[in-house]
Amino acid sequence: MIHTAAVSWTALEPILPELLLIGIGVLLIGCDLFLPRQRQLLPWLTVLGCLTALAMILAAQPVTAFGGMFLADGYAKVFKVICLGAVILTTLMAGQFRRLIGPRQGEYDSLLLFSLVGMLLMASAGDLMVLYLGLELMALPVYALVGLHKREQRTSEAAIKYFLMGAFASALLLFGMSLLYGLTGTTDIGRIAELIASRNLAANPALLAALGLLLAGLCFKVAVAPFHLWTPDVYEGAPTLVTAFMSVGPKAAGFAIFGRMLLEGLPQLQGHWGPILAVLALLTMAVGNITALCQHSLKRMLAYSSIAHAGYAVLGLLPGTAEGMAATMTYLVVYLFMNLGAFAVLMLLAAPGQSRESIDDCKGLATRHPVVAALMLVFLFSLTGIPPTGGFIGKFYLLKAAFTAGYTLTVVGAVLFSAISAYFYLRVVRLMYMSEAEAPVSLTFSPGMTAALGLCLAGALGLGLFPGSLLGWIVAALTGS
Amino acid sequence: MFLQLFFGYCALMIVVSGLLAISLRNPVHCVLMVLVLFFHMAGLYLTLNAEFLAAVQIIVYAGAILVLYLFVLFLVSLREELHLTAFVPNAWLGRIIAAGLAVGLIATIPAFSLGEKSAWTVAAIREATHTKALGQELYTSYLLPFEIAGLILLVALIGGLVLARRDENGADAPESGADGKEVLR
Repeated sequence: MIHTAAVSWTALEPILPELLLIGIGVLLIGCDLFLPRQRQLLPWLTVLGCLTALAMILAAQPVTAFGGMFLADGYAKVFKVICLGAVILTTLMAGQFRRLIGPRQGEYDSLLLFSLVGMLLMASAGDLMVLYLGLELMALPVYALVGLHKREQRTSEAAIKYFLMGAFASALLLFGMSLLYGLTGTTDIGRIAELIASRNLAANPALLAALGLLLAGLCFKVAVAPFHLWTPDVYEGAPTLVTAFMSVGPKAAGFAIFGRMLLEGLPQLQGHWGPILAVLALLTMAVGNITALCQHSLKRMLAYSSIAHAGYAVLGLLPGTAEGMAATMTYLVVYLFMNLGAFAVLMLLAAPGQSRESIDDCKGLATRHPVVAALMLVFLFSLTGIPPTGGFIGKFYLLKAAFTAGYTLTVVGAVLFSAISAYFYLRVVRLMYMSEAEAPVSLTFSPGMTAALGLCLAGALGLGLFPGSLLGWIVAALTGS
Repeated sequence: MFLQLFFGYCALMIVVSGLLAISLRNPVHCVLMVLVLFFHMAGLYLTLNAEFLAAVQIIVYAGAILVLYLFVLFLVSLREELHLTAFVPNAWLGRIIAAGLAVGLIATIPAFSLGEKSAWTVAAIREATHTKALGQELYTSYLLPFEIAGLILLVALIGGLVLARRDENGADAPESGADGKEVLR
């Protein structure tokens, strides 16, 4: 009695974008090996593949595949767009960084694409198993990317630190998941919520222990204090291009599983995780913003600022509602453009042999390169949250969401820390516009870099001038209309 | 009664060998401790009627992966320990947090209640045989996670190769002159 089932290829339709990206990832390695002369075409192949996947994801209808393990819903769609955007923008910038990557172009792009597939799976995960495997698939290539530039001691150190802390966080997450599985007997996230309700598990101490472990693991992944200790060293040690990618892509994917776990898996526990996250968000904003005040390296300052921004983004999770989640998503979209823009300017300043990562290297930038200085000005204003940039709109929605849910003290703290952040962001602006340059700086633009900067500028300004359209799209995607 | 004693023995040995694995100085001893740990883990699987998993645990983990670890240790032949600056300066802080976590987790055990049972009861598995039940589940309900796990192995391979490959002396890089010496170090 051997049953042979015919393979139904239509079951694969929902994961076609992921399959396409995996195919391109493998193709990139092959091209790098067999067509060494055409290496400069590889980034464009990556961008083309990502754009095709983006079009496929935007056109797809909401479906559930693989017995509820893969959810291609509106929630996933928004996060997938953010992750794809991060990869497209960083790949466009990679031309500027080619001399650092050297002959490794193919492997670099291919690892980036595999990481992207992991992020897409995380966004779509409807099952704890897919969620965890997606997370590992996302993280493994990034560990390798951080250590890619082996000539510098600090990148190797950063890679080892990131790997150890990532493994530690995964262990905590898995521990929490196994407790959750033991209590409910299922790994399906939606079913877990049903079982918690029907079996009256909400006040069970074992479930609370599982929640605590899950929160700790997730906070590690998105670098929320007090689990942020790895972030500054890793962000500073990694090649700037990889740092830019890490501070946006994996963070957005981390928020995707954060929201999915809390909002869909454990909504009954909102009374527990809401206040905990409110305290953690305040702590994160305090640590990020206050430590950024005394940094002399621009790259390290941006690392601390990205910790602070994770704190802002957590605010949208507090209410546990679709509106709150929409605010977090909006903020992450804006953050994608402004943070990548700031890192792009940092990359422009870097020259062979000199990293030029200190704040003093911005001195007098406005007189020599007014366009670059103006771009940096927009990105820094947006990171501070000054209207009419996108950063203001994003923060506004987040604070509104947290305020309507009753977290008044947290909102007051967020506004205060936001004001503190203006000091270190605007210090860079002051140095650019009001100081004399110490040494002449010559900048070279690659076509990809120009395109990436243009896109970041359009995003950071456009979302500030037309805020309703993005939020409207996200809310429509979330409510499924 | 025998099962409980056997479980207690395995659990105790897992905890002890796990602690020894991270506290012994000689890396070869650490790996051997992990070997002991894996054997007792296989014992735990046996108490749960999962004979196939127990066999796989011994063949794959104890047989293949640990031998690989030993190979790496002998090939690399670390003369001196590597030191990284700790995130938390005082080791006792970490120990207190770990002990607190353990006490907290143990305190929740009495409240633990088992979740719903799946369609695969012990009798159903015995009737279908282990390997067949496992294979059927892997290639139907768990096809997607299974394939992702395969992809993770591919990525680990590529990542390992990228990290392990020696720099080609920066032949294609314009700034090779000054950095060439650093590569050789």
